[in-house]
Amino acid sequence: MRHLLSAADLDQTQITEILDLAEEMSLVQGRPVKKLPALRGRTVVNLFFEDSTRTRSSFEIAGKWLSADVINISGKGSSVSKGESLRDTVLTVAAMGVDALVIRHHASGAPWQASRWIDAHVLNAGDGTHEHPTQALLDAFTIRRHLRSSTPDLMRFDGKTVAIVGDITHSRVARSNVLLLATLGAQVILVAPPTLLPAGIDSWPVLVCTDFDEVLPQADIVMMLRVQRERMSGGYFPTPREYTISYGLTRPRLEMMKPGAAICHPGPMNRGLEISADAADAANSLILEQVAAGVSVRMSVLYELLGGAE
Amino acid sequence: MTSLLIRGADLVGRGRSDLLIRSGRFVDPADAGADVAQLDADGLVALPGLVDLHTHLREPGREDAETVHSGTLAAARGGFTAVLAMANTTPVTDTAEAAAHVAALGARDGSAHVVPVGAVSKGLNGVELAELGLMARSSARVRVFSDDGHCVSDARLMRRALEYVRAFDGVIAQHAQDPQLAGVSACCHEGEISGKLGLPGWPAAAEASVVARDVQIAELTRSRLHICHVSCAETVDVIRWAKQRDINVTAEVAPHHLVLTTNEVLGYDPTYKVNPPLRPSEQVEALREALADGTIDAVATDHAPHARHDKDHAFAEAAFGMLGLETALAVVVETMIKSGLLSWTDVAKRMSIMPAHIARLTDQGRPLAVGEPANVVLVDPAARQVIDRNDSASLSRNNPWHGRELPDPVVATIWAGRLTFRKGQ
Amino acid sequence: MSGTGAPQARPEDPTPGVEVDSPTSRVVLDADQIARACARMAHQILEANRGAEGLALMGIPTRGVALAHRLAAVMDEVEGVRVPVGALDVTMYRDDLRRQPTRAVGHTHLPVEVDDSTVVLVDDVLYSGRTVRAALDALGDLGRPRAVRLAVLVDRGHRELPIRADHVGSYIPTRSGEHVSVRLAEIDGVNQVSIEQGNDPDRREA
Repeated sequence: MRHLLSAADLDQTQITEILDLAEEMSLVQGRPVKKLPALRGRTVVNLFFEDSTRTRSSFEIAGKWLSADVINISGKGSSVSKGESLRDTVLTVAAMGVDALVIRHHASGAPWQASRWIDAHVLNAGDGTHEHPTQALLDAFTIRRHLRSSTPDLMRFDGKTVAIVGDITHSRVARSNVLLLATLGAQVILVAPPTLLPAGIDSWPVLVCTDFDEVLPQADIVMMLRVQRERMSGGYFPTPREYTISYGLTRPRLEMMKPGAAICHPGPMNRGLEISADAADAANSLILEQVAAGVSVRMSVLYELLGGAE
Repeated sequence: MTSLLIRGADLVGRGRSDLLIRSGRFVDPADAGADVAQLDADGLVALPGLVDLHTHLREPGREDAETVHSGTLAAARGGFTAVLAMANTTPVTDTAEAAAHVAALGARDGSAHVVPVGAVSKGLNGVELAELGLMARSSARVRVFSDDGHCVSDARLMRRALEYVRAFDGVIAQHAQDPQLAGVSACCHEGEISGKLGLPGWPAAAEASVVARDVQIAELTRSRLHICHVSCAETVDVIRWAKQRDINVTAEVAPHHLVLTTNEVLGYDPTYKVNPPLRPSEQVEALREALADGTIDAVATDHAPHARHDKDHAFAEAAFGMLGLETALAVVVETMIKSGLLSWTDVAKRMSIMPAHIARLTDQGRPLAVGEPANVVLVDPAARQVIDRNDSASLSRNNPWHGRELPDPVVATIWAGRLTFRKGQ
Repeated sequence: MSGTGAPQARPEDPTPGVEVDSPTSRVVLDADQIARACARMAHQILEANRGAEGLALMGIPTRGVALAHRLAAVMDEVEGVRVPVGALDVTMYRDDLRRQPTRAVGHTHLPVEVDDSTVVLVDDVLYSGRTVRAALDALGDLGRPRAVRLAVLVDRGHRELPIRADHVGSYIPTRSGEHVSVRLAEIDGVNQVSIEQGNDPDRREA
């Protein structure tokens, strides 16, 4: 595997390998020596053009626990007016001799462009509103563990319904999850007001519904997406109140969930907006598990990219 | 060179003939002296020199991307003898002095006739009228006014501008893009691909709705309206309707919109980032039909050179625009002549006669006849090339045709009797 | 039971009848011989440790784990002691990771704390010694055993590192171009160790 840019880059076999390896990696967390020598001598650069302490630290720990040398570079000021082009920034970093570039950028497509300019492995840590493949992998890891509590050794998600609720248009988490869950055989239903559904959604491998209450009782997994407060000024919906009542995972909605269903959220949460405090802290919430899964899954992906011959 | 005898060219629509040029005009070929310089045009088609209604020469302000000198060299390579230089330079061409300056650069450095386009609003701010009348009276004799790059979205301003230019037979050329439906961040066509790629796009309705409004205002003011770079069928439908009502509206299409579709953005290559954006193939089909039946009057390149460092950004942050002067005729030959949608006579109309007429250029787009100014391009209908972006007279390299096989039509370009381009030299 | 000629089918062999010698491979240990070797090693381990206290059998995947379970079964059957069995995957500690495409990682299972245990590493074939070196490094990151021993079913010589086994089922001299193939019923359906003429003299495994 040369790069991980899109969740669609992975087939069923690769996904299973990554998740199985992530299970092994998760054991490292509990060991006195949190180190595996597999990536010793490899250099990984986290080139983050967008602030994200959580994802960046997750990648940093993942690399370090595999004995790689990890460097964090903040790629600010690459706008046209500031002069240094994206290409120059990427080439400059790559010229230092890195083996892998983990890129997060506020513009969709930046990792694809970077992968055309350099030889190093490129890992997409989130590009604009486009994709976030490691998030989808850690979501799948968490969901698989949850489903395995009743069906051990479960490999695929056939027959399971995952509802993804919220600002689909601007969500890279949604796009990557749609692709990955489709590969794993799940039925995905997207729930959002019409103004937050992207153009061309009819071509996606999903069902679409604007009524959360109609979908909720069918869902085995309810994945709530963060609604950015900035979206309110874009006039996508009239008020936060209306959004919460129509599309929030409120306490009454918690009770409508199917027995055995679970709640996910990529974080950070707007408690009280898209997800009530009750839901965030509910017994069937997997949100903390998702956070814990981040390091293991990223260790797994880094090993897949860098652990073998070039 | 004061005299040149062109032998045996196929004069568009009239069959093979000789052309004798002396002191910048066509004279009777029988008057050719024995030792006159000759150009063998056997097998070549002669067209009136092409006129580009829509070029960005970038000077003054961005001489790193293009200059009047390099831009007109590129124009000559493309068979153009006149270009209209858009006003979004630094400073903006919104005064008589600025317009005169651009015209003077053209006279001094140009390999084609450079006619400045005047801004509609001061500084392109979309709020106050620029000095339209003074620009018209200046030595540059501006007749085409455009805020291209920006839409004149204020209906009242558009009305005032259309009314005002009626006094001197000016025309307002609109860049139709409703800022409320297509904001500054919109960077491609809004549709299936933009949805998948997570790119903010803008729909055809943002263009057609502005055109629908503007043709009404043109009718109201009994003035001349021109629509820049039409990109969709919806706009074509509005223009067709307007022309049926004898509203004085004309329209242009850019060569890239006759071929390239929104699929090109799948790789996030900013070479294909342009405003208005590349749209789906159904739109491309509609534009070709409209150019064929004359609903779209002209091909205009929207030649938009950009320095590397303005394009080498993430797609959403890169500059908009593609080169076009050197490849325009090649693209039109490939898409319209080869398919039989246009004849050479039609091409002469769309790329020379109509643009000259819209811009009120009296010495361009003229018949290839004795007494007329000698603006002519000799075209090889059969030659082909693989486009190499590095083989260009432009200072920039943002060429969307790189690596593609296209016709290589232009053999020689003559502007006011002067050979401005000769293939192989 | 007969000890010569073609190996007899045993209750543990789900596939009665085994491969016979061919021009490219010869059987060096049959099912009986494997069983006896395991029994002998199990006794030796208990003897050397003076009983089962503190012992942990850690098999190196894949066949080392199966062997570790067999050793534990003998210890249980004969001495009535339950020795913990685990698995120690060494993939990430290999010294040749960069020479091949990314290798799949196996499962590691620690049945007891490594600290102060006497860990007996169990593997099927001891060859260059590099796998054992990797196992020692892996073990070191898991804790500090009181002692580490090595039990292997086959020692085929050609050590590249100063590593030796404490308990050996069988010494089988080989040429470096040859490949020692260990098949165990729980994984391969049959119990047999054979030597095959290899096509890759540089291929090193254990």
